[in-house]
Amino acid sequence: MSVIQDGGYNRPGIIEKPPVLAPGHTSGSVTERISEVITRGTPKWFYPAFGFSFLLLMVLIFSIAKLVFEGTGIWGLNVPVGWGFAIINFVWWIGIGHAGTLISAILLLLRQEWRTSINRFAEAMTLFAVACAGIFPLIHVGRPWLAYWLLPYPNTMGMWPQFRSPLVWDVFAVSTYATVSLLFWYVGLIPDLATLRDRSENKLAKIIYGMTALGWRNSARHWHEHEVVSLLLAGIATPLVLSVHSVVSFDFAVGLIPGWHATIFPPYFVAGAIFAGFAMVLILTIPLRSVFGLEDFITQRHLENMGKVMLATGLIVAYGYGVEIFMAWYSGNPFEWFVVTNRITGPYRWHWATLILCNVVVPQSLWIKPLRTSALALWIISMFVTVGMWMERFIIVITSLHRDFLPSSWGMYHGTIWDWAIYVGTIGLFLSLLFLFIRFVPMISIFEMRTLTPEARKVAEGHSKEHH
Amino acid sequence: MSHGHELETSGRLYGLMAEFDSPSTLVDATHQAYERGHRKMDAYAPFPIEELAEALGAHHSRLPLLVLIGGFVGCFAGFGLQYWVNVIEYPLNIAGRPFNSWPMFIPVTFEMTILFAALTAVFGMFALCGLPTPYHPVFNNPRFSAASKDRYFLCIEAEDGEFDRSETRDFLASLGPTEVTEVDH
Repeated sequence: MSVIQDGGYNRPGIIEKPPVLAPGHTSGSVTERISEVITRGTPKWFYPAFGFSFLLLMVLIFSIAKLVFEGTGIWGLNVPVGWGFAIINFVWWIGIGHAGTLISAILLLLRQEWRTSINRFAEAMTLFAVACAGIFPLIHVGRPWLAYWLLPYPNTMGMWPQFRSPLVWDVFAVSTYATVSLLFWYVGLIPDLATLRDRSENKLAKIIYGMTALGWRNSARHWHEHEVVSLLLAGIATPLVLSVHSVVSFDFAVGLIPGWHATIFPPYFVAGAIFAGFAMVLILTIPLRSVFGLEDFITQRHLENMGKVMLATGLIVAYGYGVEIFMAWYSGNPFEWFVVTNRITGPYRWHWATLILCNVVVPQSLWIKPLRTSALALWIISMFVTVGMWMERFIIVITSLHRDFLPSSWGMYHGTIWDWAIYVGTIGLFLSLLFLFIRFVPMISIFEMRTLTPEARKVAEGHSKEHH
Repeated sequence: MSHGHELETSGRLYGLMAEFDSPSTLVDATHQAYERGHRKMDAYAPFPIEELAEALGAHHSRLPLLVLIGGFVGCFAGFGLQYWVNVIEYPLNIAGRPFNSWPMFIPVTFEMTILFAALTAVFGMFALCGLPTPYHPVFNNPRFSAASKDRYFLCIEAEDGEFDRSETRDFLASLGPTEVTEVDH
C-alpha cells in the first residue's frame, strides 16, 4: 500500500499535481463534511428537483401502461426496421453504467487513488443506469408478462431457451452485471452506513442505517476481510464489465446484417461505453460538487483525469468508426459498402454528421489543457458526448435496417411520441433514483476518504518502512 | 479493593476498552498486547489499517480460496446447464450446428462463473465476519460511536486467558490511552 500515498505532493522529482484531497483534512473533518450532507436535512432545491424527476418517472409508468395495453404498435417500429428506440436506449443506458464499474474496479486494481471520491457516486450511477437499461429488453419482447420465458427453468411446456442466441446471453450478462454491481456497491457502503448510524440524531434514521449496516463495528479483523473482498470483487468485476458490453455488441455482430456483422464491435462498444459513462459522471458531479460544496474532495485533478479518459476512449471510438468504413471497403462486399455510403449521404446523413461532430470533433478540444481543467467546458463537452453516443446507437440500429437487400423493402423509421415518452421517462427514473441516493446515502465513500488523510497515510507509511 | 468480590458482582463484564486518539498509538498498543499474550481482543479504527490486522495476529483470509471454488462451481453449473438443455433434454437443430456447439456456450458459462464467484465473495465475507450482528457489547461504551469518526479503540475481552481485571486495566492505562472503560455484556 505504499504507492502514491501522498497524492502527488511532497514527492521529489515528480511534477506537482493538484492533490486528490485538499490539505488540512482529518479523519474527523472528512466524516463530518460528507455525512452532514445527509444529516443536516433536506435542502430546499431538493423538492423541485426531485419533483420534476418524479414527474418524468410518472410519464414512464404511464407510457409503459399504454404499451402493455395497446402493444408495440404505439412505437414507430415496422418492417424493415424492427429494432428501434428500445434497443438504442438499452445500449445507451447500459453503456453509461460502465464507467461506474471501471472507476470502482479497474482503477482500484490499478491503484489510482483519485478514483476514491467519485467511486461511490459512479457505482450508484451504474446501478441506476442498469435499472433503466433493464426495462427495455423486457418491454420490447412485446408481451412483457411472459419475459420470464427467457430464463431456463423447468416448465409445463417442456421448453428450454436456445443458448446459441445472443439474446439469451444478454439475459445472463445483464442480470449478472446488475447483481454484481449491487453487491459491490453495497459492500463498499456497509462501513459508511455504520458511520451514519453513529452520526444520525433521528431515531428512525438510526434504526434503518443500523439495520443496513449489519452491525458493522469497525473491527480491524473485519476491515481486513473487507479489503480482501473489495479486491476480489474488483478482480471479478473487471472482466465482467468488458464482457457485458461485448455481449451487448454480439446482439448485432452475431447477426448477418451489413453494418452489424463486424469483428470490431466488442472492443469498440466497450470503449464507447466508457466514453459515454465518463461523460455522464462529469455531467452529474460538476453541478453536485458545487451545490454541496464538495470541491475539497472532487478536485480539479479528478475532472481533468476524467477528461483524459474521455479523450482516450473517444479516440478508440473514432478508430472504430474508421475501421468500420475501411472494412466495408476492403471486404469488397457491395452491401457493406452501400451501408457506409448510405449512412454518410443517405436520408440519415444529418444524424451521421451529428454523431461525428459530437463524438469525434468536439472531444478533440480535450487536448487543450485550459478546456480540460475548466468545469464548464468539460460539462458542455460531456453533453455533446452523451448526445453523440445516443446518436451512434441510432445510426447502428436504424441505418443498418432501413435499407433492406431489396429496394421493395426499404423504409424510414421515426420514433413516435410514445418512443420519446418512454425514453424521457427512463431519464426520470434515473434522476429520481439519483436524487434519493444523494439525499439518503453518502455520495462519497467516507471511509476511503479517511485513508487519504495525513494521519492514515502516516501509519501506512510507517508500516511500509518497517517491511522494506 | 478486592478482586474476587468485583469479579463476582460483575460476571457480565465483556472486556476492557482503551481509547486512543491516533492510529499509530493503537497499532503500538495492539502489538504490545499481543506480545503480552492477549489473543481474545479486537482493535477498532475508522479505516482499514493493514498493520493493525497483523498486530492482532489475523491470519491470511480464507476468502480467496472460497471465491475460487465458487467460480469453479459457477463455471461447471453454467456449462452443464447449457449442455444438458441443448444436447440431452431439448436438442434443437439450429442451422445444422452441432448440439454441443460449445463456443456458443462460453458467454453464459463465463457470466455464471462471475456470478457465483461474486456471490461467494460477498456472502463469504459476511460469514467470516459474522455479519449481520444485531447486537454487540462494544456498543455499550457510549464513546464507541467515535470509532467511525476519528477515535481508535482496543478491547481486551474478559474471556481472554491472560485477562485480569486490574492488571489488564493497568496495562492498558500504560499504553497512552485517553480513557480506559469497562464494557459490560
